[in-house]
Amino acid sequence: MAIFLTKDSKVIVQGMTGATGMKHTKLMLADGTNIVGGVNPRKAGTSVDFDGTEVPVFGSVAEAMEKTGADVTVVFVPPAFAKAAVVEAIDAEIGLAVVITEGIAVHDSAAFWAYAGSKGNKTRIIGPNCPGLITPGQSNAGIIPGDITKPGRIGLVSKSGTLTYQMMYELRDIGFSSAVGIGGDPVIGTTHIDALAAFEADPETDLIVMIGEIGGDAEERAADFIKANVTKPVVGYVAGFTAPEGKTMGHAGAIVSGSSGTAQAKKEALEAAGVKVGKTPSETARLARAALAG
Amino acid sequence: MEKGRTRVDLFEYQARDLFAKHGVPVLAGEVIDTPEAAREATERLGGKSVVKAQVKVGGRGKAGGVKLAATPDEAVARATDILGMDIKGHTVHKVMIAETAPEIAEEYYVSYLLDRTNRTFLAMASVAGGMDIEEVAATTPEKLAKVPVDANDGVSIEKAREIVAQAKFPAEVAEQVAEVMVTLWKTFIAEDALLVEVNPLAKVADGRVIALDGKVSLDANADFRQPEHEALEDKDSANPLEAAAKAKGLNYVKLDGQVGIIGNGAGLVMSTLDVVAYAGEKHDGVKPANFLDIGGGASAEVMADGLEIILGDPDVKSVFVNVFGGITACDEVAKGIVQALELLKSKGEDVNKPLVVRLDGNNAELGRKILSDANHPLVQRVDTMDGAADKAAELAAAK
Repeated sequence: MAIFLTKDSKVIVQGMTGATGMKHTKLMLADGTNIVGGVNPRKAGTSVDFDGTEVPVFGSVAEAMEKTGADVTVVFVPPAFAKAAVVEAIDAEIGLAVVITEGIAVHDSAAFWAYAGSKGNKTRIIGPNCPGLITPGQSNAGIIPGDITKPGRIGLVSKSGTLTYQMMYELRDIGFSSAVGIGGDPVIGTTHIDALAAFEADPETDLIVMIGEIGGDAEERAADFIKANVTKPVVGYVAGFTAPEGKTMGHAGAIVSGSSGTAQAKKEALEAAGVKVGKTPSETARLARAALAG
Repeated sequence: MEKGRTRVDLFEYQARDLFAKHGVPVLAGEVIDTPEAAREATERLGGKSVVKAQVKVGGRGKAGGVKLAATPDEAVARATDILGMDIKGHTVHKVMIAETAPEIAEEYYVSYLLDRTNRTFLAMASVAGGMDIEEVAATTPEKLAKVPVDANDGVSIEKAREIVAQAKFPAEVAEQVAEVMVTLWKTFIAEDALLVEVNPLAKVADGRVIALDGKVSLDANADFRQPEHEALEDKDSANPLEAAAKAKGLNYVKLDGQVGIIGNGAGLVMSTLDVVAYAGEKHDGVKPANFLDIGGGASAEVMADGLEIILGDPDVKSVFVNVFGGITACDEVAKGIVQALELLKSKGEDVNKPLVVRLDGNNAELGRKILSDANHPLVQRVDTMDGAADKAAELAAAK
């Protein structure tokens, strides 16, 4: 079992024929992902050869779904066209859209998020500006390296890509059920809470590791959710204790404004909900091992 | 794409110009940067003006940064006083010479912003304007109306009237304020803003409603469709190292410590700053000197650019390169470091600060071997993040 993505997921790639899309489609295929098509209206009807695997290119998400039964799309299209690509995925009512693209204007992500809501949220959106998600040994939808770790009992949800990799590496001997990078933008689709709820319901996940960072109040709300709804052990990490006020630290959403969005406030909220919070990634990994050992 | 700047805060005069462009009622005003220019600007306004310091910090009125000038000569004198003034650590480089406002009867507050929690836009409006709105929200929350705005529906005049009704504006100004809410929304959308705020929105003696002061923050991720926005960035006040990093497309933030930091990925670099600060507690309290994210697939050139910026910071005593190879292979990163040091040497740069390098993940063994083989006298390898942070802090403290 896993969350959001399994070996049965049929994955298409929007922006597959661009340089980034080509590179990562090849890597996803190598990780066992069942990629059934790419989308590019200008190259519809052609196909792309990835080391002997022919992947057909369709004119639209709807056409790809109709012809292949695809239920997941991974979006690599550039920021200027990302909103249209996600709106197309929502209109086609695909189950999951993983938006990797970095640098999407906030007005665009707010617009496609509102649009998904107006269409009844039939499409789960992960991202934007995220590494995607992986279910080791089954499927990889995004850019998380497939060879860091193996299938296992830990569920991971993180705002940061490289911290996701770091934590998967620290706990690579135990393995992961799924790891989900939700992205560090101000407006994202799937939240910590959505992933926590899914991991809580997943019988193959015994422990949840949650990685947050400065900015917004998502970690505080996740803490409230954990207190009320999560029975599995949760171990947390928050990056940015030493970040100064008013400076954006790489991710568009990672900014402390006034007293809000600080790492300390997030840590305290999580600890009040019974979450063990590490001061560093390695301490967090130790806490996770201890929690699994019971 | 260009990284490292996602939110651009504007000066009051720039906000005023954008408001005017989209039909929000404002007073006449122009920005100047020499005292003498205040004379002509005031003459153009009919002989009297308000001289307003342009700083991106609140409380400038109390600090003496806003003065009335009854004559052009007085405007020159006030501009002389205010230009160069320090307001809460911000030096005044520009002043706005503004039309004097008619007598103010009432002060209101209106804004649009991104509501991250609810992933939507939010209209805020209050009849208790003119003061810090966070204080209004904290002490008299019933006086601040917060109305969600759907990103796709936007603000029609009907929606604007709903906002105005919720904020309980007096009947005699309600329609005017609703019209301001519509034009302010146009500003918010057309300019890809993250915040547009008018405070105060004043009802003046003749019954008009005018935006007397405002704040605008723009989304730099929208620059691809906002070609005019680049000119709005404040190049005078930027830290020179930050400006140099930006010119090279690097995601860099100057901090006030001694350990230079280079890493890949925003989260990992933020985490690195923390780990170095903890390590510094044991080593004379040294702290991180900067945030620098070289992103994925760091080439030797990007590495060299990053190292050049960091080594050019006189505050830096040691450097910590912290890379987790995800898609990026660590052997490539190691080659990049070796090449970067050679490149800097060939450019005649005197590299004499110790580098601590930690490589983990994809091809880490190969990368570590490349560093060992290169045997560069300034480079030390430490194979855990905590251990490397401790070594970098120790080296910075020893200098």
